Amino acid sequence: MSNTATENVSDAVRSATREAANASPDLNILLAGFGGQGILFAGKLIAYAGLLDGREVSWLPSYGPEMRGGTANCSVCLARTPIGSPLVIEPDVLVAFNRPSYDSFVDKVKPGGLVLVDKTMIDVCPLREDIRFESIEATQLAEDNELKGLANVVAVGKLLQLTGFSTVGQVEVAIEKSVSAKRHDLIGFNKKALAIGYDTVSPKDCDR
Amino acid sequence: MATKTAATATQRNKAEKNPILFERTPALTTAITNYCPGCLHGITQRLVAENLEKLGITGTTVGVSPVGCSVIAYEFYACDMVQAAHGRAPAVATGLKRAHPENTVFTYQGDGDLASIGMAETIHAATRGENITVIFINNAIYGMTGGQMAPTSLPGQVTQTSPYGRDVKTAGYPIRVCELLSSLDGVAFLQRVTVDTPSNVRKAAKAIRKGFEYQRDGLGFSLIEVVSTCPTNWGMTPYAALEWLRENMLPYYPLGVYKDCKAGE
Amino acid sequence: MGEKILMKGNEALAEAAIRAGCRHFFGYPITPQTELAAYMSRHLPKLGGTYLQAESEIAAINMVYGASSAGVRVMTSSSSPGVSLKGEGISYMIGADLPGLIVNVNRGGPGLGGIQPSQSDYWMATRATGHGDGHVFVLAPSTVQEMADLARKAFDLGDRYRMPAMILADGLLGQMMEPVELPEPLDPAALPPKPWATTGTQGTREHNIINSLSLVAQILEDSVIKRYERYVLIKDVEQMAQLEYVEDAELVVVAYGAAARIARSAITAAREEGIKVGMIRPITLWPFPTKAIKNACATARAFLSVELNTGQMVDDVRLAVDGSVPVSFFGHTGGIVPTPAEVLVAIRKACAGETFHLLPYHSTLKAGE
Repeated sequence: MSNTATENVSDAVRSATREAANASPDLNILLAGFGGQGILFAGKLIAYAGLLDGREVSWLPSYGPEMRGGTANCSVCLARTPIGSPLVIEPDVLVAFNRPSYDSFVDKVKPGGLVLVDKTMIDVCPLREDIRFESIEATQLAEDNELKGLANVVAVGKLLQLTGFSTVGQVEVAIEKSVSAKRHDLIGFNKKALAIGYDTVSPKDCDR
Repeated sequence: MATKTAATATQRNKAEKNPILFERTPALTTAITNYCPGCLHGITQRLVAENLEKLGITGTTVGVSPVGCSVIAYEFYACDMVQAAHGRAPAVATGLKRAHPENTVFTYQGDGDLASIGMAETIHAATRGENITVIFINNAIYGMTGGQMAPTSLPGQVTQTSPYGRDVKTAGYPIRVCELLSSLDGVAFLQRVTVDTPSNVRKAAKAIRKGFEYQRDGLGFSLIEVVSTCPTNWGMTPYAALEWLRENMLPYYPLGVYKDCKAGE
Repeated sequence: MGEKILMKGNEALAEAAIRAGCRHFFGYPITPQTELAAYMSRHLPKLGGTYLQAESEIAAINMVYGASSAGVRVMTSSSSPGVSLKGEGISYMIGADLPGLIVNVNRGGPGLGGIQPSQSDYWMATRATGHGDGHVFVLAPSTVQEMADLARKAFDLGDRYRMPAMILADGLLGQMMEPVELPEPLDPAALPPKPWATTGTQGTREHNIINSLSLVAQILEDSVIKRYERYVLIKDVEQMAQLEYVEDAELVVVAYGAAARIARSAITAAREEGIKVGMIRPITLWPFPTKAIKNACATARAFLSVELNTGQMVDDVRLAVDGSVPVSFFGHTGGIVPTPAEVLVAIRKACAGETFHLLPYHSTLKAGE
């Protein structure tokens, strides 16, 4: 067995969370950055939280030569009804962890959509006025808090704060289920990174 | 029908109170072989069968027949048999052995099958130390298809597809399988034998037995190369073919043990 | 009900195969099926099974042939170019009436092609998995859950009919994660016995022979026809398809695997526009679900095949429809996954009475062929 399943979610929790999920809007999320930035893991946390919430979810990585050190991106769909294409082409939400990814995908974001960038890695102000632009010093915050390598989870925390795609409690369970059994010592650090992202109020540095 | 004949002979022997001097070994069926007159396959095939009986393993052995003159060996051996695609016998044997490691698994292959189209399977089964026994018949020619050049055909040897003699400049050199495999750590036992004389037949029988014993003891890959003749496609009488084997084959393919993991013990 | 967990399609298939009693895996590395082999290499040794990385695809399928001869549940996985190489061994398995699971996580071809999602091997899988006059079961999952469910189904069908079974997936299904509920594990020792297997006579029976050679023409013909009669039975009782909105459908989309997921999104959008469109999603590609398609002809005025190739399954749709209504095609190939919006355009055209063979190479969507 893989490191995924451990305990059962009770039916009561399931139906309660399903109600909450049905109230949440469908979200097509694209996370993008360099290989090694934990893009796929961040996507998995979001998808797992959705699963725990009783929603339909899918997670799809880009794969191939780009897996080895190039750009990495990951499509996550959260929905009320069965998911058709798991490939997110026009995201409701783009989370960009580097400039090339931002440049590649910002124009694909749906009007009215959200773009969240790691400001440590991307110094940019959006040209588009029909999207909501948010940033967080994810890499810097991770380093300042001795959480090197967890900028991805900091960003997930911020995304949770911005969109309410799930709850902090569910994402914490998702962390427990997604961190490899051999690295259980990392669960605490991941939860801390999540909390930092969730609690951070980012300055509105792109005044419009 | 063949069974009846055999039984009748036995009965006659009993009736006449004569001791039985020579019998079909039970590890062979009563099927009539399709080998040409004077072919050495019959001897080698029987040596394998006799050893299965001597070791008491006929009922726990699975043999793999190749594509070549011995393709129908599945009819001749009384143990369970699997027919393999050309050259793939060591891979098929690997599957059989991994599924039931307690069984004895052997392949019976010719030179085209083992050293040409199946060379990758041969080398990799050997280097994995796959715990199987390979009986390799090297007669320097493709027999079943009618006498084409084989990977072990000698320099200058005339075949249907080397009508001017094997020219090493264009057709390359013969492969010496035992020498080639002897560098591999997974190999437990390699011996080259022939069956041209009663004395050599006895040595071959011992070598085959050793192969099966090494497999029984889980020591790894064993291969017994049997230098053989093909009177039909060599275009010689059986006796002349034996002479040709001694004069031409054995100098190029010296008999002997090429690897023995127990040597020095 | 078991817990739903998040798993990659390739890993869900691997775990389900283990739970179906498969303890032997022989393979060779190729993208995009890597996770499947890697999963097996982590788990099978712990279960006393075999994970063996073969020297070639050819060796791997022949190891499957050997292990299947020995009566165990066994599998291999690969992707398109690797499956071409396995063709020889698959043909021998068909000829020797051996079960065994071959997973093809399809990529774009021909040749080395690409590694992105594709359905370019439909013809190879359903028409010619090797030389000779024979078939393998071809199962086409469309979700990660089905990657798991069909793994067990493939082993069961293969054993029941003594035939190889292929799961035809693609990179999208192999790589994506979805919630999956895994089946309860089977004990390999409790599987039905295979008295034909070469496990050693133990001195208690005549020898078993696993063989595909038959030099007497009359005997070969008889055995091929006997196998054909099995195929006729299978075509009668083993067709599987999922039907959605077909009852009142004037247009029926036929799509399998990843293409069916995209088609479903397009159909949902089309229904919102009031277009009476439904979908038949073949789950068995061989046997092809001809019955479902023939039945749908009662209401359907047209069919539209949506595929990740230049039009392969559309042949089978046409054969099933047998000229009664027009059949159109829309597809992308080379690893491009169509968008639901593109499929919606094709649905609208087909509903407007147009018949077409559309490939986006034509830069604008216009009727081809």
